[in-house]
Amino acid sequence: MKVSLEWLRELVDVDQSAEELAETLTRGGIEVEEVVNLNKGFEKVVIGEIVSITKHPDADRLLVCAVNVGQEIITIVTAAQNLQVGDRVPAALVGSTLPNGLAIRKSKLRGIVSYGMFCSHEELLLEVTVGLERSTEGILILPTEAPIGENVGTYLGREDSILDLELYPNRPDCLAMANVAREVASLTGKKPHLPKWSEQDPVLILPTPTDLQIIIEEAELCWRYAGLVVEEVHIVPSPEWMQRRLKAAGIRPINNIVDITNYCMMEMGQPLHAFDRDKISGNVHVRAAYPDEIIVSLDGVERKLQADTLIIADDLQPLAVAGVMGGLNSEVTKNTTRLLIESAHFSSVSVRRTSRRLGLRSEASNRYEKGINAYGCVATLGRVCELILELGAGRPVALVDEVKNLPPHRQVSLSVQQTATILGVELKTAEIRQVLENLNFSYLEKDGLFNVGIPTYRADITIEVDLIEEVARLIGFDRIPTTLPQGDLTQGRRTAEQEFRRQLRKALAQSGMDEVITYSFTRASADAQWGSEKHSIPLLNPLREELGVMRTSLVPGLLDVAARNVARRNTDVSIFEIGNTYWGEEQPLRKLPREELRVAGLAVGKTGRHWLNQPVNYDFYYLKGILEGLAVEFGLPLDYRIPKNQSLRHPGRSADVYLQNQCIGFLGEMHPSLEKEWGLERVVLFELEFTALFAQMRQTVRARSIPRFPAIQRDLAVVVADETPADAVMSKMRKLGGELLQQVEIFDVYKGNPIPDDRKSLAFSLRYQSLERTLTDEEVNQLNTRVLEGIQQEFSAEWRK
Amino acid sequence: MKNEIRRIGEEALRELKELDGTEALQELKVKVLGKKGSLTALLRKMGSLGPEERPIIGQVVNEMRSRLEQAWEERSAELDLMFLQKRLATERIDITLPGARVRRGHHHPVTQIVEEIEDIFLGMGFQIAEGPEIETDYYNFEALNLPKDHPAREMQDSFYITEEILLRTQTSPVQIRTMEKLCPALPVKIIAPGKVYRNDDDATHSPMFHQVEGLVVDSGIRLSDLKGILLNFSRQMFGESREIRLRPSFFPFTEPSAEVDISCMLCGGAGCRLCKGSGWIEVLGSGMVHPKVIEMGGYNPKEVTGFAFGMGVERIAMLKYGIEDMRLLFDNDLRFLQQF
Repeated sequence: MKVSLEWLRELVDVDQSAEELAETLTRGGIEVEEVVNLNKGFEKVVIGEIVSITKHPDADRLLVCAVNVGQEIITIVTAAQNLQVGDRVPAALVGSTLPNGLAIRKSKLRGIVSYGMFCSHEELLLEVTVGLERSTEGILILPTEAPIGENVGTYLGREDSILDLELYPNRPDCLAMANVAREVASLTGKKPHLPKWSEQDPVLILPTPTDLQIIIEEAELCWRYAGLVVEEVHIVPSPEWMQRRLKAAGIRPINNIVDITNYCMMEMGQPLHAFDRDKISGNVHVRAAYPDEIIVSLDGVERKLQADTLIIADDLQPLAVAGVMGGLNSEVTKNTTRLLIESAHFSSVSVRRTSRRLGLRSEASNRYEKGINAYGCVATLGRVCELILELGAGRPVALVDEVKNLPPHRQVSLSVQQTATILGVELKTAEIRQVLENLNFSYLEKDGLFNVGIPTYRADITIEVDLIEEVARLIGFDRIPTTLPQGDLTQGRRTAEQEFRRQLRKALAQSGMDEVITYSFTRASADAQWGSEKHSIPLLNPLREELGVMRTSLVPGLLDVAARNVARRNTDVSIFEIGNTYWGEEQPLRKLPREELRVAGLAVGKTGRHWLNQPVNYDFYYLKGILEGLAVEFGLPLDYRIPKNQSLRHPGRSADVYLQNQCIGFLGEMHPSLEKEWGLERVVLFELEFTALFAQMRQTVRARSIPRFPAIQRDLAVVVADETPADAVMSKMRKLGGELLQQVEIFDVYKGNPIPDDRKSLAFSLRYQSLERTLTDEEVNQLNTRVLEGIQQEFSAEWRK
Repeated sequence: MKNEIRRIGEEALRELKELDGTEALQELKVKVLGKKGSLTALLRKMGSLGPEERPIIGQVVNEMRSRLEQAWEERSAELDLMFLQKRLATERIDITLPGARVRRGHHHPVTQIVEEIEDIFLGMGFQIAEGPEIETDYYNFEALNLPKDHPAREMQDSFYITEEILLRTQTSPVQIRTMEKLCPALPVKIIAPGKVYRNDDDATHSPMFHQVEGLVVDSGIRLSDLKGILLNFSRQMFGESREIRLRPSFFPFTEPSAEVDISCMLCGGAGCRLCKGSGWIEVLGSGMVHPKVIEMGGYNPKEVTGFAFGMGVERIAMLKYGIEDMRLLFDNDLRFLQQF
């Protein structure tokens, strides 16, 4: 809502500047988004009279003018060719910054100093209709009566400031100047002086027309329909003051009748529509459109209407789409002599749907959508009558007012005690009384209990807390002290699961992976590749097609991030994400889908070069090492199995990850066949189910005492077939070594000379230890031999001495 | 014999001075004072001496012995010092070279802010509640006093899955879910961090972003309590000298409603580019829980009152870290992420 300060001043005393008033309103709950000073750029532009024009001695195309700017005569050098001695023109003095941003400085032009600049329409951002006709050839030439030395902005009536209100949905009343004036009055303690038609229930007395009936067929969607019949209509432009105010409010002036309806809408908040009375055949019907009924709207577009669209029609055809747009067939033209001016209450829901569907939004539809005051319909027509007579635009002759439904007048009680309790501030009865006085609400008061009559324009106030908010707003939120809740002490603590999520994130970051957060929606094709097409949930209205489905895997998001980084030459990427995946069990969804938290990681490239460290390749073993670190930290017995039927992952470099015999995810290199598609080479990934990890996480640690007896270490190297998994050999060793074999670790894997191509050497370090006694060398040697022989037998291994 | 003792002693002392290794020193000690040492051998012969000579010779031996021992110790200390100096003279590294690399990952800035907010409220006795990101129209809107066709629904452009199921546009549905779960227990005192979604994408809006919701319900909860909790939070989050101010606002699920501004952390309230000259920065929305919402949660609004607040995590991250464009947070460029 654009509020002209000049207009507002007519309706309420304002002794603040535009900026101060904006602050007052904002602090009072009516947010002012912007204050626009219409005179901006005109501050140092004055009306000058050209006293003389001489040719520049050193430049053919320049003229040197002496200009009377009121207090003095200055020299201005110009290239303009449309000037004559005696012309009154806008002269921008040194120091101006014009509306188009041009800054004016003292400047020397071929040896002659110019103390300003004459302005054209373009520089002042003015419409071409301003000034004499000669202005189109260059400098704007003002009428000869323009007062010399006066500020051009003042002369053109640009003194005004516009306050742009950002209204919350609960205050549609402030889409009316009268109600903004009321609000300003309440917040500043002033009295408004509004047109009598804005008072509660004014009466407009006119005869009822004999030849016209209003028939409301949809009482749910139209509560009230009033029509004013005007005769002897005389269509001319509206006066300058009205045009100026409409323009300030962002409305284009058209003619006196349309302008009066718009002016009254801005002032009173009630949208109006003028029909050419002579184009209406028979009665006026407020009804739902027939299927496929057609109307040509004011903008000349033929529109097919849906069956539930509320329209205004005569006995033969549609005249207007209710609350949204008039029809071309009943438009007011310069030949119109009789009018029917509509002032109605339509359902906000119906208008919103229709305006959305037709893609038509206007000041009128906006007001209907937000909700208008059904009590104001006839009162606004009263104001219309007043202005029509004042401007001599016609003669109001008849009024028809069809009422189906009016909301009840509301009384809301307000207790001083409850107000103090909710706000946490001590308040006296007198203060609340003062607030109600300032709001101009009627009330009865007894023993600290107010019974407040709510004006019909304040539909937002329905219960006590609504009034308490009014009190808080008017006394100022700064009056409210700061306290702390008085209740029992409560314990703030993360749940075990929340804590685990946090620890897991920390552990991954400490392992050298960067955390990323990607969108929960992704491309359907990418999600189908890594997740489950069957379960992925499509959005009805995605932002972009490539954000069309809810993800069932975190992998595509990570691959996108990696590809983007690699393309930007961030070649070494090690990232992870902990986030939800979303699993729909049916299409379309009937109940909420399962949200499954997952943790996924990706690595590509290697650690950068360093003088001391060998670069670490971001490969399968890099990520496996990180997962093993997690396994140790959280006591998770993860094991890795060779996957079956894998098309997404490199068949030789991939594992399914198991926990307690249940597959909870995977780890592996992306299948080379996908590398081109993703623009990444040798990228390794893992994705695990968070809940499974949490369920198996070690809850507490049971400490074991440190063994008192020394351990004996033996190294053992064997050559086995290349395809023998190292883990199988180690398991067998553990089995053979029994409880005295406390630890088996692999410390070397070797392939190449002198080992045959199809075999590899594995070197283990075995630690023997007893908890009860010191082991003898002999005992350990025997045991070690048994382990070796067992391995030799099981894996056809050779002992490598 | 006296002479013999002196000769062995003097010779050992001479030799001692020339030795320059701890092993050689030890060898010499054994050679003279050891079980089979020369001085020890002399002592053994003492049995052949007369009783009047024994104490005299004994004394000589002991004197020599202690002289030798002392000399050994001195020489040994000398040598230690020499070796130490030699070692120190050769062991020199370039301490300006970078240390061995231990790669550390970085937490996403949004996560860091969420955890910081969580920790502050945990300290004030709040629990952390969570709810689904895909929500029903009922929890996301209707139960929050936003019936179908309420104009305020337009303040938020939602992503729909069906007519009744959508991506939550706010963390507020967790208010209702929590109250339903806890009712009739009191107090309810939670924050609810999480992802929310709106159909919007520009420098200050992302289609997915994070909010932290707060809710306190108990008997006798006042607007002044909200102010107190939020002042406490603002000072912990943005600095001890922060002030807050409440401005009347509108949210369907609170009444009265207030926007909360904090004094600008950059200029302290004097007015600067960050606060657009006002000295105040809008950081969160809040209010007293609407009686209808309390009722939807299962409580009796005549018996209990409550306050609620909600803040955008990205906005706080942008303020705190001086990030200009919200989209950077989800672009996940490593050069950006590795700053945090």
